[in-house]
Amino acid sequence: MIDILINVTLLAFLAITSVAILRMTNLFAIVMLYGIFSLLSAGLFVVMDAPDVAFTEAAVGAGISTVLMLATLALTRSRKRGHEGDYEEKPSRAHRPWLPLAVVGITGTALVYGTWDIPGFGDPNAPAQTHVARYYIENTMSDTGVPNMVTAVLASYRGFDTLGEVAVVFTAGVAVLLLIGGRRPKSGAKVKSEGGEDEA
Amino acid sequence: MFIAVSVAILITMGLALARALTGPTTYDRIAAVNMFGTKTVLLIAVLAFLSGSTDLLDIALVYALINFIGVVAALKLVTQKNFHSSEENRREVE
Repeated sequence: MIDILINVTLLAFLAITSVAILRMTNLFAIVMLYGIFSLLSAGLFVVMDAPDVAFTEAAVGAGISTVLMLATLALTRSRKRGHEGDYEEKPSRAHRPWLPLAVVGITGTALVYGTWDIPGFGDPNAPAQTHVARYYIENTMSDTGVPNMVTAVLASYRGFDTLGEVAVVFTAGVAVLLLIGGRRPKSGAKVKSEGGEDEA
Repeated sequence: MFIAVSVAILITMGLALARALTGPTTYDRIAAVNMFGTKTVLLIAVLAFLSGSTDLLDIALVYALINFIGVVAALKLVTQKNFHSSEENRREVE
């Protein structure tokens, strides 16, 4: 009962946050709302008993990417283009929302139709539980000696795959550091100060 | 009792979200995000006791740390306009 209430409330907050992100023009506020968004989804993961996913979501979503986006904002402008006077873009008047709306509507309908076949949450007879999960549950401890099954799958059974992922993440980290880290002399482009007020 | 607490936390989360959406100044938003993070930590802690799996408390602690880092980064950006904090840079900005 209380689980349902928490789920519904968190999902409603998620919807409100995403609509607000779409409609805002102040990029700093949008980054702040991104933080709220990933805290909310991490909370939802915790409610659904996936604490390791929630760990990742909180560390990457709320922690690292907020800092990265703020660092990017520090190097660029903190407003969407076309909002301030200099090099303003004309708002495209021939913007017709009907085609994207129809695409989104059809895709959403198809996805909802797809959910009818999904087994219930935590159903022991779901296909995900019946094929390989049993093998891992029975043999993880004797095969690898790692007490946590998820860790055993990631670091031992799929160790080579994880090595590749780590290489990719390392490359991405180096690239990000080259782009926005390090010291750089301040050239002409001064970072505009965010004013005391904005419109939401 | 836990149910009443979690409802109260949800209401507070809603209020913090409203402040983050409407907040006229930057500091309102930062404070709202910080408060939202704190409420998430509290909600997870209450959930841990509600469901009896107290290992969720570790996650609540990690959230508190991450929330702190994010807020410090945001405040640093707002006050110094960049992350390369040397005394010279700061003087130049001001």
